[in-house]
Amino acid sequence: MIAEIGQFALALALVVAVVQSVIPLIGAQRGNATLMMIARPAAQSLVLLVAVAYAALTYAFVVSDFSVTTVAGNSHSLKPMLYKVSGVWANHEGSMLLWVVILAVFGAAVAQFGNNLPLSLKSRALAVQGMIATAFLAFILFTSNPFLRIDPAPLDGRGLNPLLQDPGLAFHPPLLYLGYVGFSVAFSFAVAALIEGRVDAAWGRWVRPWTLAAWTFLTGGIALGSWWAYYELGWGGWWFWDPVENASFMPWLLGTALLHSAIVVEKRDTLKSWTILLAILTFSLSLLGTFIVRSGVLTSVHAFATDPTRGIFILAILVFAVGGSLVLYALRAPILKAGGLYTPVSREGGLILNNLLLALACATVLLGTLYPLLLEAMTDGRDKVSVGPPYFNATFVPIMVPLFLAMAIGPYLAWKRGNLKMISRRMIVSLIGAVATIATTFLLIPDGPTLTPFAMGMAAWLFLGTASEWADRIKLFRAPPRESLRRLQGLPRSATGMTLAHIGVAVMIIGVAGSSSWQTESIQVLRPGESVPVAGYDFRLDDVRDGTGPNYTLQRATVTVSRNGRVFAELYPETRFFPVAGQSTTEAAIRTTPFADLYAVIGEPDGSGGWTTRFYRNPLVPWIWYGALIMVAGGFLSLSDRRHRVGAPRREKSPQPAISSHPAAAE
Amino acid sequence: MKPKRRRLYFVLFGMATLGVAAALVLSAFQDNLVFFYSPSDLAERQVEPGRRLRLGGLVEAGSVQRDGSTVHFTVTDLAQTVQVSFTGILPDLFREGQGVVTEGTVQRDGSFLASDVLAKHDETYLPKEVADALKASGQWRDGAENQALEGSEGTAQ
Repeated sequence: MIAEIGQFALALALVVAVVQSVIPLIGAQRGNATLMMIARPAAQSLVLLVAVAYAALTYAFVVSDFSVTTVAGNSHSLKPMLYKVSGVWANHEGSMLLWVVILAVFGAAVAQFGNNLPLSLKSRALAVQGMIATAFLAFILFTSNPFLRIDPAPLDGRGLNPLLQDPGLAFHPPLLYLGYVGFSVAFSFAVAALIEGRVDAAWGRWVRPWTLAAWTFLTGGIALGSWWAYYELGWGGWWFWDPVENASFMPWLLGTALLHSAIVVEKRDTLKSWTILLAILTFSLSLLGTFIVRSGVLTSVHAFATDPTRGIFILAILVFAVGGSLVLYALRAPILKAGGLYTPVSREGGLILNNLLLALACATVLLGTLYPLLLEAMTDGRDKVSVGPPYFNATFVPIMVPLFLAMAIGPYLAWKRGNLKMISRRMIVSLIGAVATIATTFLLIPDGPTLTPFAMGMAAWLFLGTASEWADRIKLFRAPPRESLRRLQGLPRSATGMTLAHIGVAVMIIGVAGSSSWQTESIQVLRPGESVPVAGYDFRLDDVRDGTGPNYTLQRATVTVSRNGRVFAELYPETRFFPVAGQSTTEAAIRTTPFADLYAVIGEPDGSGGWTTRFYRNPLVPWIWYGALIMVAGGFLSLSDRRHRVGAPRREKSPQPAISSHPAAAE
Repeated sequence: MKPKRRRLYFVLFGMATLGVAAALVLSAFQDNLVFFYSPSDLAERQVEPGRRLRLGGLVEAGSVQRDGSTVHFTVTDLAQTVQVSFTGILPDLFREGQGVVTEGTVQRDGSFLASDVLAKHDETYLPKEVADALKASGQWRDGAENQALEGSEGTAQ
């Protein structure tokens, strides 16, 4: 009964979505306010209806209603409650439903909080949101209905893939979708502005917070997925340049570019046409990501069973959305007039460089990801290739290096005309710091790859440049502490947020460079009592014991790590066997210290009393997660800035004198 | 600076950057494309030892032998077979009779030294290349297709 309510709510939602995509558009075209006003209640009922459907599916999972096909195929009565709830989105049908729920939430949020938007722009944007919702609701109802019944119902379900029964992965999809789908708002605003034929500074101000929110969630989602791969797959790595990973990374790269170019639109009323294009492309890449993951056209280490017919439906949505919006762009973009003047060395110039490099980096990732498909199509299926990490390291990294170098200088640049002489004086400290870091790293770790110390120097350059720009703004150490504190209170939160996000990148560079160059790996067969040296530590396998978990049996090894004869840590790597799925998983044991992770995995017995074991010392890996956390914190801090809150009255100019040392005050 | 000239500079700079990126991509492609071979492909085409490639097929039943931390097994497309050796911990879903994709190099004796055995997240998932290789060798069964397409699904992203 409950499942039928869900099904009915979904069908109603489709009708409402069609109304939302057509009526407000007609109203905006005719200037009919009554018709345009329909957008708001439509968006609100849409979110209500899909929420009812989602609740119905969750209910079916929680009470283990195995007469519902999705539940029978992906759940099991013995599964812990957390994974019954997260199991709702850990399968194809449910995850697409979550996709639409989040889309509807964003649509309703625009309807709710967009009170100071011009009515026509708002209703057109909501109509575009409605069109996306229509497409995906049709997709769910016609190809992936989560509420289908089976008769007779099985006695128990087939269980959730054990790899997904993990707290990290339970929350990974919702976060990632908040990011993916969040970019739909920027897309809808871009298409609405193209229909209107008008983009101004206010447009930039409206789009920025939505883009920032999506970016922040996507950053968190990607980091969470990477963290999961690190501890759950037991390979000691955290990023594999796999198609499914790239699928989420490409919208992030372009979304980052969009985040920055929207600033130029808001502050300087220029770069408008490019920003519109970026908004369209970013969401297109989100759709492409959904397609890659859902269709299985690319062989991925993260691949799950997939269904090509569903892929074709998403491909059709993709072609329609991308093709339609690009045609509209081609027709309308020439109307957009360029605004303010500026010299190449200026804040605008710096942000253009940022956009150029991020877009190029994204293009190389896109090419590497899709090349296997292209080649197979061109050679009629004879040549099958895969493009692995070496390609991405050889193309992506060289493009990012100048970006990171410029990133330290960018915030110092003034709008319109930057003063290089003044900036080079301010960057001296950072330069000294970078050189010192390079030298220190060479001295401490002389036998690693030559480029790594330079990467560390680059991180120091970025960190110091970013931090000193922030310190300059509040005159830290150059004015009395009270004066600095007053300036800090006057500093917009978005400025501090930007500083934090950039520092997060610096921290992450340290983690990425360190972990990929200085990792120590050791694979061997050990009998209980035997030990092996790994990077100055001694790993001893004490014993391996059997045990049971809620819905699995396990073998847990005790590994004692000692250094110079003193016990440093005890690690308990496990293999878990899930009888329902007939599948086992590896649980790596990780001991995190500020500068390195000690990482142990236990494999299979060799049949004569020994066990295959794999030990790693992964230097600086935790810094990757710290960096991501700092970036997310910067995003949220910036979001909390009242100037980002659409509808909030602009704050009165503070009585203090303008920050005179550099004219580029806010952002 | 006049807007026209400014635009010219930006375009020139953009083109230059694009050129550098294109050069990077081309040279990276030249060195880093990894071609996929089925056991039949390996038997037909000459592959120079040491070139990195992917080999995919089914793990032949009863072929898995352990020698310390090194594992030997046979990959088959049911027409041809290749001996594979791999040192390390196999993915959780490595099973006899199941599809597998390995990456590594062909040795002088014709055997295959794998440096990676690709993990899959799902026991019913059959890599597309493996399915195609089985089709090409005429050994495709409906059962295998069902096995590849049905089954529990999960969100990998």
